[in-house]
Amino acid sequence: MTYTKRFDGRKFDELRKVEAKVGVVPNADGSAYFSFGNTKAIAAVYGPRPLHPVFLQNPQKGVLRCSYDMLSFSVTERKKPGPNRRSKEISMVTAKSLEPVVQLQNFPNTVTDVFISIIQADASTRCAGINAAALALAHAGIPMTDMVSSVSTGFVGNTVCLDLTKEEEDYEEDGEKLVSDIPMAFLARTGQMSLFQLDGNGIKPEDLKKVIEAGRKGCQKVYEIQKAALKALAEEKEE
Amino acid sequence: MVNKRLEVTENTKRRIIEYMKEGKRFDDRGLFDYREIEIETGISNKSEGSARVKLGQTEVIAGVKMGIGIPYTDSPDSGVLTVMAELLPLSSSKYESGPPSDDSIEIARIIDRGIRESEFIDLDKLCITPKKEVWTIFLDIYPINDGGNLIDAGAMAAVAALMSAVFPKTEKEGETTKILFGEFTNKKLPLNEKMPLTMTFHKLGDQILVDPLTEEEEASEARLSMAVSIQKKEEFIHALQKGGKVTFTIEELHHIFDSMPKVLKKLRENFEEKLKKAEKKAEKK
Repeated sequence: MTYTKRFDGRKFDELRKVEAKVGVVPNADGSAYFSFGNTKAIAAVYGPRPLHPVFLQNPQKGVLRCSYDMLSFSVTERKKPGPNRRSKEISMVTAKSLEPVVQLQNFPNTVTDVFISIIQADASTRCAGINAAALALAHAGIPMTDMVSSVSTGFVGNTVCLDLTKEEEDYEEDGEKLVSDIPMAFLARTGQMSLFQLDGNGIKPEDLKKVIEAGRKGCQKVYEIQKAALKALAEEKEE
Repeated sequence: MVNKRLEVTENTKRRIIEYMKEGKRFDDRGLFDYREIEIETGISNKSEGSARVKLGQTEVIAGVKMGIGIPYTDSPDSGVLTVMAELLPLSSSKYESGPPSDDSIEIARIIDRGIRESEFIDLDKLCITPKKEVWTIFLDIYPINDGGNLIDAGAMAAVAALMSAVFPKTEKEGETTKILFGEFTNKKLPLNEKMPLTMTFHKLGDQILVDPLTEEEEASEARLSMAVSIQKKEEFIHALQKGGKVTFTIEELHHIFDSMPKVLKKLRENFEEKLKKAEKKAEKK
């Protein structure tokens, strides 16, 4: 129990500097930029549009398809371009985190594509990606019952920390890694959870409860920022 | 570049060409005018160098990552340059994910040849131990929004990223050199005055123009890309590539070559001015 001061001087329940902007890719039907400090994500939505090959189509509702990937120069050691096992998994959990709110039943046989690119990575990339994607879906006018907000919360040393950086993710004590990284996403209105993952050296259920509570509060802050970004766009249009 | 989904109709293409005959474009530009350029460097702090270039609605980002590798046997004491472009489906509805398309390979190759053949990077200075260790430069280019003319925008982003790049810190481990990833020196890449810029001339009907919008690019029947540097106030062409389904006449080629110096001069002045501003801004950060 020695992690008493954060590397970047933030409070334990403080987000990094968050920026959100809607409408960053003119070609797309909807798009957004979202950043947590040095983690920067862009998302673009195309669709609903016909899904090919045809056998993948669902006659009952439209398909939501997410593709998350990091650009080759977004990390310290160059990442080989193109999807790998990690990015495929994240694409999947991203889709699962957004599916509960999108209403695609009126768009049978279509696909709504969400493309997420990480330009610069400093932990919590999937959370930044989900936040950008949710904004982009709203911008594209896809019917949604709620907003999705995501943040990663960690258990570093023995302390609950909101919005981990890479430095914190790699925190060690006496040569032993002492971190659990827990990305979460919540639906803003209902407060239900749509993303929940955990990597780490072990955390007690009691502590996990605290982490979840901290994550939920963090997501509410993210939601306010998302809302402001959408409003800013609406006001821009009015002018 | 073939548009796979949103074909521009034959009617639109005909209209574009009709207007072109009167020297008119959608956005009132002259045939040899580029759109407004915007440059930002240092957009990704994990990379050794990076830049964003906007050309009107077109936005491209490029980044440099460095590695240490084994030299090619035919050039045992030169560094290695690898250029890659990935046409992100994020940037336009016409691109799909999957292995690199022919278009993305062509874009990367055109930009690669311009930089390589101009010898803008002194690859000989990237040798660490002859025959054993040399620096590898990975130059990766991604469009964020394809509003036409990715080749020229990509080439500018590539050059700007290279110019902003610095070496990472290293450490000797016996015979081998190891990169301390994430730590940077102040040492810039060995670049020289032979900076190439790529210009792509398009043929629509019997008109030639540069920097097409998406619709103009769709209507374009042939294109000619060239990477040109200026040395001692003279233009040197380092790479050429013809694309598209129709041919150029000799007269058209002459017209292109005669117009090129003026186009290049304007483009270069604009590019250098914007890049200087971007670098100043990045320094402040």
